[in-house]
Amino acid sequence: MSTPTIGVLALQGDVREHLAALATADALARPVRRPEELAEVDGLVIPGGESTTMSKLAVIFGMLEPLRERVRAGMPVYGTCAGMIMLADKILDGREDQETLGGIDMIVRRNAFGRQNESFEATIDMAGVEGGPVEGVFIRAPWVESVGGAVEVLATHDGHTVAVRQGNVLATSFHPELTGDHRVHALFVEMVRAGRS
Amino acid sequence: MSTPSTSSVAPQPETGTARVKRGMAEQLKGGVIMDVVTPEQAKIAEDAGAVAVMALERVPADIRKDGGVARMSDPDMIEGIIDAVSIPVMAKSRIGHFVEAQVLQSLGVDYIDESEVLTPADEVNHSDKWAFTTPFVCGATNLGEALRRIAEGAAMIRSKGEAGTGNVVEAVRHLRQIKNEIAKLRGFDNHELYAAAKELRAPYELVKEVAELGKLPVVLFSAGGVATPADAALMRQLGAEGVFVGSGIFKSGDPVKRAAAIVKATTFYDDPKVIADASRNLGEAMVGINCDTLPESERYAQRGW
Repeated sequence: MSTPTIGVLALQGDVREHLAALATADALARPVRRPEELAEVDGLVIPGGESTTMSKLAVIFGMLEPLRERVRAGMPVYGTCAGMIMLADKILDGREDQETLGGIDMIVRRNAFGRQNESFEATIDMAGVEGGPVEGVFIRAPWVESVGGAVEVLATHDGHTVAVRQGNVLATSFHPELTGDHRVHALFVEMVRAGRS
Repeated sequence: MSTPSTSSVAPQPETGTARVKRGMAEQLKGGVIMDVVTPEQAKIAEDAGAVAVMALERVPADIRKDGGVARMSDPDMIEGIIDAVSIPVMAKSRIGHFVEAQVLQSLGVDYIDESEVLTPADEVNHSDKWAFTTPFVCGATNLGEALRRIAEGAAMIRSKGEAGTGNVVEAVRHLRQIKNEIAKLRGFDNHELYAAAKELRAPYELVKEVAELGKLPVVLFSAGGVATPADAALMRQLGAEGVFVGSGIFKSGDPVKRAAAIVKATTFYDDPKVIADASRNLGEAMVGINCDTLPESERYAQRGW
């Protein structure tokens, strides 16, 4: 099977870490800032960053609708932290004008785990990831407040949902790209491969 | 202190780790951090797409004008800004004033800038930044200085530039200096790295890490003198992963427009058409100061050691 091309939404955030993680997981990784770049990828990662900034830039540079269309059409997408917020159908504690792409029938609470002083690392058991728990790096992280029937909960921490999947869309509150463990990215690359075949 | 448990039970969640502190800065990359002095300005910054705000009582241009000792801001003022916005809030402590830093940590700011823009409290020592849960950003004019700050626990580095001048020349100098010194290290063999560490006055382990990575082990932003969208894009093309804008926005004719324009140019820093569009009709930029006419005592970049 040929190598899938996976984009990383590069409006703002920890793009480089995701590009590196995807490359390790055997994907062709490239940054995506424009609609024509989006058209060329088989799957997309929405990185960690500041979700209000990302949302604003997506609107200003005409990326919001093309992104929504691709997600609706079934393109595999993986969002971490701010990316998870972008993939939520509904958000709490966001800005009133904050746009999301949607894609997962869930309500996400922004900065739910607290400010930076409360940011933490913990080990997380994640369904679909073989070989023991993953290292979870949570930075001003959101959690999933509630999910619809079609959403699979893949991991929880302290009673809160921190990893979910609905069809081709995957989201984690934490940042596997900041660790040397790229099994979650490998899982996503597999989703993209399966989506293409 | 109790000995950490060695049992096989999953470790407890841990706050304030190097990964969490440095990782926070990674999330700010590609973004603009704006100086604000009121909750209203903080909201303007957030509306414009800032990734974070720096809460302070006076922007550097006013600190220059007013003179006197510049200190940490009033906690009420910082809390007012924390309450006003949902994005991360940073605040400045004086160099070596670890009690100001303790206060800022207790207020719940997301990042502390141990800043040369304020009047230094210690002419020998910077704060021990490992002792804090809140991460620190520090200024640097060259690689050795950056690595000394990282050795002290800084989780993010910015060029010092010459704050409050609206003149980008010093930020360019500092960023080029850091980049050139990193490039030079890349060419050294293992024998030479020991002497390089001595010359840089930085720990050998960090020097070796930089030589291997080809970059700092923490995020590098630019600060000091950015006043226009093109300035911000220039700093990014020179290798800064994001920019701080101090006086440049709220000392200009139309802060709302200028803030949004600098955000756009920072994202599309390599696209002159976007930068051109962002640069149109912004009104007056802040009045600049020529750095070579600044007396020694007014050069903030020389503060810190």
